[in-house]
Amino acid sequence: MTDRPDHIPWFRKMLEIRLFEEKVQELFMAGLIEGTTHLCQGQEAVPVGAVAAMHADDVLTNTYRGHGEALARGMDAEAAFAELMGRSSGCCGGVGGSMHLTDFSKGNVGANAIVGAGLPIALGCAMAFKLREEPRVALTFFGDGATNIGTFHESLNMAAVWKAPIVFVITNNLYGEYSPLRSTTPIEDLARRADPFGIPGVVVDGQDVDIVYDNTLSAIERARSGGGATLLEMKTYRYRGHSRADPAKYRPDGELEAWKARDPIDILGGRLASEGQLSAEEQQNLRKEVSAEIDAAADRAAAAPPPTFEEIQSYVYAG
Amino acid sequence: MPVRTYIEAIRETLREEMRRDASVIVLGEDVGKKGGVFLATDGLYDEFGEGRVIDTPLTESLIIGASIGVSVNGLRPVPEIQFADFIFPAFNQIVSEAARMRYRSNGTFSCPMTIRAPFGGGVHGALYHSQSVEAFFTHVPGLKVVVPSTPYDARGLLRSSIRDDDPVLFFEHKKLYRSVRGEVPDSDYSVPLGRANITRPGTQVTIVAYGLMAHYALEAAELVEADGISAEVIDVRTLRPLDTETLLDSVKKTGKAVIVYEDNRFGGYGAEIAALLAEEAFDYLDGPVTRVAGPEVPGVPYSHGLEDWFMVDPDRIAEAVRRLAAY
Repeated sequence: MTDRPDHIPWFRKMLEIRLFEEKVQELFMAGLIEGTTHLCQGQEAVPVGAVAAMHADDVLTNTYRGHGEALARGMDAEAAFAELMGRSSGCCGGVGGSMHLTDFSKGNVGANAIVGAGLPIALGCAMAFKLREEPRVALTFFGDGATNIGTFHESLNMAAVWKAPIVFVITNNLYGEYSPLRSTTPIEDLARRADPFGIPGVVVDGQDVDIVYDNTLSAIERARSGGGATLLEMKTYRYRGHSRADPAKYRPDGELEAWKARDPIDILGGRLASEGQLSAEEQQNLRKEVSAEIDAAADRAAAAPPPTFEEIQSYVYAG
Repeated sequence: MPVRTYIEAIRETLREEMRRDASVIVLGEDVGKKGGVFLATDGLYDEFGEGRVIDTPLTESLIIGASIGVSVNGLRPVPEIQFADFIFPAFNQIVSEAARMRYRSNGTFSCPMTIRAPFGGGVHGALYHSQSVEAFFTHVPGLKVVVPSTPYDARGLLRSSIRDDDPVLFFEHKKLYRSVRGEVPDSDYSVPLGRANITRPGTQVTIVAYGLMAHYALEAAELVEADGISAEVIDVRTLRPLDTETLLDSVKKTGKAVIVYEDNRFGGYGAEIAALLAEEAFDYLDGPVTRVAGPEVPGVPYSHGLEDWFMVDPDRIAEAVRRLAAY
């Protein structure tokens, strides 16, 4: 294992994402968040471990199940809540909502609700870095379902030809919307889809933030040093259904429980406790602290005014 | 003043903009060593190298998606879609992504890119090499849509488009590439986006057109002059944003309007102009706003006679002008 950074911030961030998502559910039930939401409880090790391996000036694109990457990349929970509540203080000024958390100031080029649409955009970012000889890397997060879309194959192909500084991160949570992966995809390990393009494809335990971090760091360093693209497949699981209204009854009995037995927060928490870095009691206290922060952030977000029509109309064209 | 073809004007403007601004890059299918199927990018690869003149596979979605990525990082890509008919795989990237980048980022980011695409019929290209696709894009706020008809405008509008901070669709009528020549000054002039051009003044009927049809409209105006009808011709040049003032001023003067477009009539771009005139010049109209456009078939057909049947020509425009003048 590489020299590991301080894990307590990772643990804290994973808790923040988990509690953020739970709060979103609560606010949705209370009618403060409208439309729909796609939550990522159970997947927290992927955004936290992968984003931790990025430099500050690297960029990412991600998906409608994108709260995790946004928070991991440093988006303020209040700005995220405000966006979900359609407030002017939201990260997209209330234009985007849950599926489109975007923060250019943090190199978050956009969460995207069109499956596969973020891949070529991230590749374009990587191309710009390469053309200008900047030591920067683009990451693109997408789901297992996106590996069946044309832009996935187009982007891997071109990234390989260009030796582009990009890392393709599949968050394989076993379900594309309401369909199990096996019913739509003929192979189990999606990392194999790197083979036709002659780039490395790596299967990664997406429940263990250390393993996510190590593999992402290797891929990022490879990209930054001119070695080209890598496809990472993070094996993980979403505890909730596809979207807010989905009870996920299509899942076989026992599957959810089996994955919860390898909960990413518990895995890191157990490690921190056994290494004497953070006791179980300290972890409980931290959870309470983060929970209070999340509640306060949601309250502040709810108090903000809605955006105005004048404001958004000024964002259609330059000047 | 030097005389150039339309395609020469495009090529030289690309070269000059790339010399002027190192952030301008060109990418697309065969735009590099081959110089593009119409040779619009001929010579650029030799001068600027593979880092700025980039051959891509036949993947329009990726060409535009990657252009978005480079443009939000400070470059000014000029992607070429080999034929406008091939643009639909990239439709999502243009409409859902490029058009919304500024909007979704609170005005902090945009896609300064110019998507060049040859369009239009009359060249026996048939179902997949002849279509007019502008109406799909003029509908979308956040996009600009430009259709030059002369070498002078091709150069001046391409300059403005490349220098513009918003995504521009730049449709070049492929029949004009080598059939039209015109004076093009060597100076660094530009034609601003959003300004129509009165290419022939007149008093009795306004003919509104763009692209190849802007030429046919002028020919039609000559034809009806023999009948004693004075037609004013407006070349729209920029379809979005539309120069409503020039159109309305003209129609308020003439009281009659014929709108010409090559695409099939229903839901075409000319319908928007017709609606504009009906809403904002109603009190000035002395006859029905009239459209001359293509028939309701889902593509320009191949066989010579069929293509002639599809294509609007000067005679059909003149006929409509005569009818309306007599109304």
